[in-house]
Amino acid sequence: MRQAVELKGKPASDGIFAGPIFFLGATRSGRRVAGDAEAERRALDAAVAAAIAGLTTLVETAPAEGAEMLGFQIALLEDEALLEPAHALIAQGIEADAAWRKTVEAEIVGYELSDDDYFRARAADLKDMRDRVLRALSGESASLAQAGAILIGDDVPPSLFLEADWSKGGAIALSHGSPSSHVAILARGRGVPMVVGLGDIVSAGHAEAVIDGALGLLVLSPDMAQKKLWSKKAEALAAKRAREARFLAEPARLKDGSRIELLINVAGPEELESLDPRFCDGIGLMRSEFLFRDGQKLPDEEMQYSAYRSFLDWAEGRPVTIRTLDIGGDKPIKGFTPEGERNPFLGQRGVRLTLEHVAVFKAQLRALVRAAVHGNLKIMLPMVTIADELDRSAALLDEVMTELTREGIAAKRPPLGIMVEVPAVAVAPELLAKAAFFSIGSNDLTQYVMAAARDEAAVANLSDPAHPAVLSLIANVTRFGREQGIPVSLCGDMASEPRHLKALIAAGLRTLSVSPASIARVKAALADIG
Amino acid sequence: MTAWISNSVPIRHDVGLHARPSVKLTKLAKTFAAVIEIAGEPDGPWINAKSIVKVMAMKAKQDSILYVRAEGADAAAAVAALKELVERDFDEDAAHAASG
Repeated sequence: MRQAVELKGKPASDGIFAGPIFFLGATRSGRRVAGDAEAERRALDAAVAAAIAGLTTLVETAPAEGAEMLGFQIALLEDEALLEPAHALIAQGIEADAAWRKTVEAEIVGYELSDDDYFRARAADLKDMRDRVLRALSGESASLAQAGAILIGDDVPPSLFLEADWSKGGAIALSHGSPSSHVAILARGRGVPMVVGLGDIVSAGHAEAVIDGALGLLVLSPDMAQKKLWSKKAEALAAKRAREARFLAEPARLKDGSRIELLINVAGPEELESLDPRFCDGIGLMRSEFLFRDGQKLPDEEMQYSAYRSFLDWAEGRPVTIRTLDIGGDKPIKGFTPEGERNPFLGQRGVRLTLEHVAVFKAQLRALVRAAVHGNLKIMLPMVTIADELDRSAALLDEVMTELTREGIAAKRPPLGIMVEVPAVAVAPELLAKAAFFSIGSNDLTQYVMAAARDEAAVANLSDPAHPAVLSLIANVTRFGREQGIPVSLCGDMASEPRHLKALIAAGLRTLSVSPASIARVKAALADIG
Repeated sequence: MTAWISNSVPIRHDVGLHARPSVKLTKLAKTFAAVIEIAGEPDGPWINAKSIVKVMAMKAKQDSILYVRAEGADAAAAVAALKELVERDFDEDAAHAASG
């Protein structure tokens, strides 16, 4: 039995989860590009070598029974008889991953057909071995991450989070990272417990762990007493959630009964699958970046159109605000975002970038105005700093409207609003009075006001959206909007945090957009604010 | 003509030539320069004793007879060593074997 190891980090997403651990190792993004036969052969040999090395490390710390099965996998991988057929397929022009898959598949079938239980069970070992090599080959370690496990690693790129399967629960524990990173936002959105800034995590030799997202705690190999304690806490948390759940179907109101418009932030259609649209007043922020994942082809107009339309269909006439492509900063897309920017957060990101890629921007706008026919759509521009950016985007919007009308395609020009996340706008919102609406992005606004990178653990304590300077800017934008009749909402992360709600209401906000997982919690907290 | 040295030995192991014994057998076989083959029948088919993939694919069961043959400089020593390993039940005691 391993000694329990307790690590303290920073809370990034609430919740308690106990389960097996899955070590992510180095996380690179992007898919393989196949080379010629010689390159493919080398790639496969390297992946097999990497798999052997990985297994060898595991064997050193694994319990006897596990070590023996891993030893079997190593022996298989070292066997020329396994590699030969794969090499032969590669020589015929088949890619390394397909060749490997095909070769191992043939062996797996042999085991699965056995009349002996023991040999049939070995098929699972071969599949495990097959997947380990495929992971090494693709350089992607988490797309095949074990579902229902605690993912442990250095950091997790957002694309990887989106590819992982969270339907069986799970949690995230990171050596670095920050509570304001995009992955943390996604984790809160999905209700996945997450702790960051844990420092070096030596997970070798540990098979299971408990994570307490609210406390920022990771306990490797918890003992019986600890397990009991956390299972009690998890029960208490479930009871609290049950209390909150009573608010879920009710409209959001303050103590005095006044209505708060509560919208949701979503990154992908899968987040809406289990959500009843009646629980919210619409979608306050749809992050269209999910369509533009790294390494994939840019989605064409048709694909975007049907995706946007699915959000409008889901909302059943409620407002849906879709943000145009917001990449750059910590969300790079190869071949699109500039490489080697010295300071990506202050570089070409959001609308600055899309205005440089007019064809991509126009395709998105065309898809949006076509989808707008089917519901209550609003378009939101990210990272707007000066009025010219809004004007140029509006001109492009007019342009695609004219084009579509000429082509005889149904389209509707939705209101064009902006994110308020750059201090230049928050300080002087009157310069952007032409915007149809303002949506305060408190995460980036905090980052720029506090001059603290949101993904930098070392300065995470500065990244405080409740700092008076940030709150004063929020109040400034809200006041200006009220005076001018421009709707103002806040779609940043702080709206999902019950502890910040009082300050936001005091700042004059009456429209908030929160993560789907926090709807009930936010409604319950608002009902206490008088 | 190839000069094969051969022998045979009954497998006593609980579940036969499963993963752990197979790993041991192939590891031992690899320590010899000789070509070493094993079979479940006296006339084959013969398979490479140094390949875990092939050895496991035999799915040799308990109480079946394992035929061993080798060809090369250290062929005699190789056949003897493999036979002994199987006779020693792969150096596993009964309790351990039962859990495997």
